[in-house]
Amino acid sequence: MPKDHGIGASPKRREDVRFLSGTGNYTDDINLNGQAYVHFLRSDVAHGRIDRVDTAAAAAMPGVVRIFTGADFEGVGGLPCGWQVTDRHGQPMAEPGHPVLAQGKVRHVGDPIAAVVADTYEQARDAAEAIELDIEELPAVVDMKAALRDGAPKVHDDLAGNLCYDWGFVEENREAVDKAIKEAAHVTTLELVNQRMVANPMEPRVAVGDYNRATGDHTLYTTSQNPHVIRLLMGAFVLGIPEHKLRVVAPDVGGGFGTKIFHYAEEAFCTFAAKAVNRPVKWTSSRSEAFMSDAHGRDHVTKIELALDAENNFVALRTDTHANMGAYLSTFAPSVPTWLHGTLMAGNYKTPLIYVNVKAVFTNTVPVDAYRGAGRPEATFQLERVIDKAARELGVDPVALRRQNFITEFPYATPVAVEYDTGDYNATMDKLIEIGDFAGFAARRAASEAKGKLRGLGVNCYIEACGIAPSNLVGQLGARAGLYESATVRVNATGGLVVMTGSHSHGQGHETAFPQVIAEMIGIDESMVEIVHGDTANTPMGMGTYGSRSLAVGGSAMVRATEKIINKAKRIAAHLMEASESDIELKDGQFSVAGTDKSVAWGDVTLAAYVPHNYPLEDIEPGLEETAFYDPSNFTYPSGAYACEVEVDPETGRVTIERMTAADDFGNIVNPMIVSGQVHGGLAQGIGQALLEGCVYDENGQLLSASYMDYAMPRADDLPFYTVDHSCVTPCTHNPLGVKGCGEAGAIGSPPSVVNAVVDALQSAGRDVTHIDMPLSPARVWAALQG
Amino acid sequence: MQMNESREIAAPRAQVWQALLDPEVLKKCVPGCQEMTGSAADGFEATVVQKVGPVKATFKGSVTISDVVEGESLTLSGEGKGGAAGFAKGEARVTLADSDAGTILTYDVEAKVGGKLAQLGSRIIDGFAKKMAEQFFSSFQNAVEGPAEPGETPDGETDGEAPAKKGWLKRLVSN
Repeated sequence: MPKDHGIGASPKRREDVRFLSGTGNYTDDINLNGQAYVHFLRSDVAHGRIDRVDTAAAAAMPGVVRIFTGADFEGVGGLPCGWQVTDRHGQPMAEPGHPVLAQGKVRHVGDPIAAVVADTYEQARDAAEAIELDIEELPAVVDMKAALRDGAPKVHDDLAGNLCYDWGFVEENREAVDKAIKEAAHVTTLELVNQRMVANPMEPRVAVGDYNRATGDHTLYTTSQNPHVIRLLMGAFVLGIPEHKLRVVAPDVGGGFGTKIFHYAEEAFCTFAAKAVNRPVKWTSSRSEAFMSDAHGRDHVTKIELALDAENNFVALRTDTHANMGAYLSTFAPSVPTWLHGTLMAGNYKTPLIYVNVKAVFTNTVPVDAYRGAGRPEATFQLERVIDKAARELGVDPVALRRQNFITEFPYATPVAVEYDTGDYNATMDKLIEIGDFAGFAARRAASEAKGKLRGLGVNCYIEACGIAPSNLVGQLGARAGLYESATVRVNATGGLVVMTGSHSHGQGHETAFPQVIAEMIGIDESMVEIVHGDTANTPMGMGTYGSRSLAVGGSAMVRATEKIINKAKRIAAHLMEASESDIELKDGQFSVAGTDKSVAWGDVTLAAYVPHNYPLEDIEPGLEETAFYDPSNFTYPSGAYACEVEVDPETGRVTIERMTAADDFGNIVNPMIVSGQVHGGLAQGIGQALLEGCVYDENGQLLSASYMDYAMPRADDLPFYTVDHSCVTPCTHNPLGVKGCGEAGAIGSPPSVVNAVVDALQSAGRDVTHIDMPLSPARVWAALQG
Repeated sequence: MQMNESREIAAPRAQVWQALLDPEVLKKCVPGCQEMTGSAADGFEATVVQKVGPVKATFKGSVTISDVVEGESLTLSGEGKGGAAGFAKGEARVTLADSDAGTILTYDVEAKVGGKLAQLGSRIIDGFAKKMAEQFFSSFQNAVEGPAEPGETPDGETDGEAPAKKGWLKRLVSN
């Protein structure tokens, strides 16, 4: 019987009541008295020198409150980068300035030049059209390799060139890897593109700045995954506002997918302008604006070489990647192609020697940063594609080749600096083969062929490092922030609890899943627990939600705080029952004295804590509220095996996904329904990348795919019914819940299996196709079929 | 994007050349042109209203004539700013040569768009630019030589007035 409450149960998501009934409170729902609206005048050239910005005529337009330009932000800090990468030669990365409004130059289409604050949004827009602008267009660099050539136009004049860093990992392995590849029995080489993606959360970004002249308090309402991080970055580095005078609120947030982690110019602007004009200032992104101002994702170009010995054992792996940073360094951009990517190149395999080289490059494009999976999808895609290609070159079964090279003993220290604590890759592969009905594939292929279609089966494995922390490790790796998480558990007098978490929920279902954990620990009903998040004024300093870290890190902090609560409650219970503290047991919300029939209820104890008439005041403080900060000792390592079955129409090149199967090991599961939902969403985004999505610039740096007419988001009829399973469980050994995280797996694990399946389908028709770059549009597949 | 076409105009080369430098002709021939001032020597200022896919905008810009080889070839360069709609730039190298029926006009066009026009209209911009160039040069042809015959005008309309057989330019220059 599945559980009906506590850990392992699947109660419906309580937050969905407001999300599905139109009663959510999103940032755009927040309207403050006297609020003005800002419209940003953005560059429509990719690279140019600003010769003149004349705002006089625009300032005289109806309703205009004030127009700001780069000049208003001289002396104000730029947007900081939160991660410093050190290059192969021990030098820090090139770190250009990132002004709130462009100063001197514009560097990508969408770079904000001026901001018009007006009584209405329409007036702000109209006035922006009246700003007279002279921009001398300069040659733009879009292609990463071209950007690194001598004489290429420089995105930042004050840097030596367009190289941000040349990173080698592990640099000491370089020669040994080269030698092993040279001497190997077989080397499979693959060049591939992990295309640029736009996250496209359903809710565009919004910011509302407010300033109280009487108290000097600033408030920013913003669409963020991590309000405390925004408060720290914006307060300390951009605007110089101490944290006690700055409150950041991220209320209901309609999807983030990474792109709402970062600190953006518009947030700093609204906070700054609210004080400057003494009115609340609101900005709501249009969808077109989102395409050219939300940080993009992926955009790697890679050559990967896998060396095998005569028995098909992996002996070495070498990669050469160009990673696009865009025109400026977004908040965590440098970490994505390096520490979130290079450390995962071992995958599920015991390859003894690995060398990863990454050149990060500035171009005249929108900045690129973390997008669901962040570095790990890029690593998985390369590795699982090259293994598939190797299997086909060697004429061996792709599953057998993977199994032969699986890591089977744990803990396992990879040659790329991480230690996997647990996993069972054969178990998830067995489960995949069973639930994906591999045995029936031959018959399904025959049926497809009978109607003139090609059918392919693609498989891949993945591993990811989640639950980002540990702080002391990421600090050594260049992070400029700690990556712990926090929770305050406040028990009310009548026994209900409020948990104030530093994690942030923007679709993950924390408000449902977190209470399940507490209810299980205390033995009370989940409805007695409320989750508060997203407001720096009433939550402890926390690092927010990304990298599938909320339950593993934030949940662990909550467990630690609840343990403190239970320990104190036991002392109170011991006093109430005149028993020894060590004899007190807590079960089903009742404190009892071991071996007796004496008990007091949870509510009796909580009432005693706040109405301490009969209370050991000399030994214990009244009240029942505890805070814990949790910093894990390692990442968590979810893993799994995915399979995709496609049908390809050889006449048109159109790919349809017939089956998509995911067997994941997420460690322990708190709410299986939410986990399945997370996997479903990830699969949709992974399939979107594999088949449909792609951000396109022309050679002049014009963004060509800036609407849903040109940027193809997956729709319901592009996606199959999924078969997902998370019954293979190897609990994480180092967090109290044994959980690993599930938020990104679907997006990491699905693109390679889709591409592997299409290659399999084409090869089944005798075509010598070894790779097609994503997205696998009908045109590309058709061209590959024509050979 | 780039394109090149040529068309034969039933008028002597000198007359075609003269028309190319005439602001009145240009104004009539630039599709969507609301206003054009200036001269061939100093360049023209133009206001053009156009709709590209979902984007309708008023472009204010300049047209300059350069690389003039008298009677033979010239380059028309235009740049228009459409405010929130973005910008369009284009250059047409126009070459004239004598032919049996009059003059062969060859044009080599390179066009570029930016901002919202590129973001929303990129899929249709090639077709749009081709259509604009065709419209310009066919209006130009009509302006110089007049519609060939009643009933054969591009839009199929006929005009009962006999003088309409003559182009308005012909009427202008023959006065």
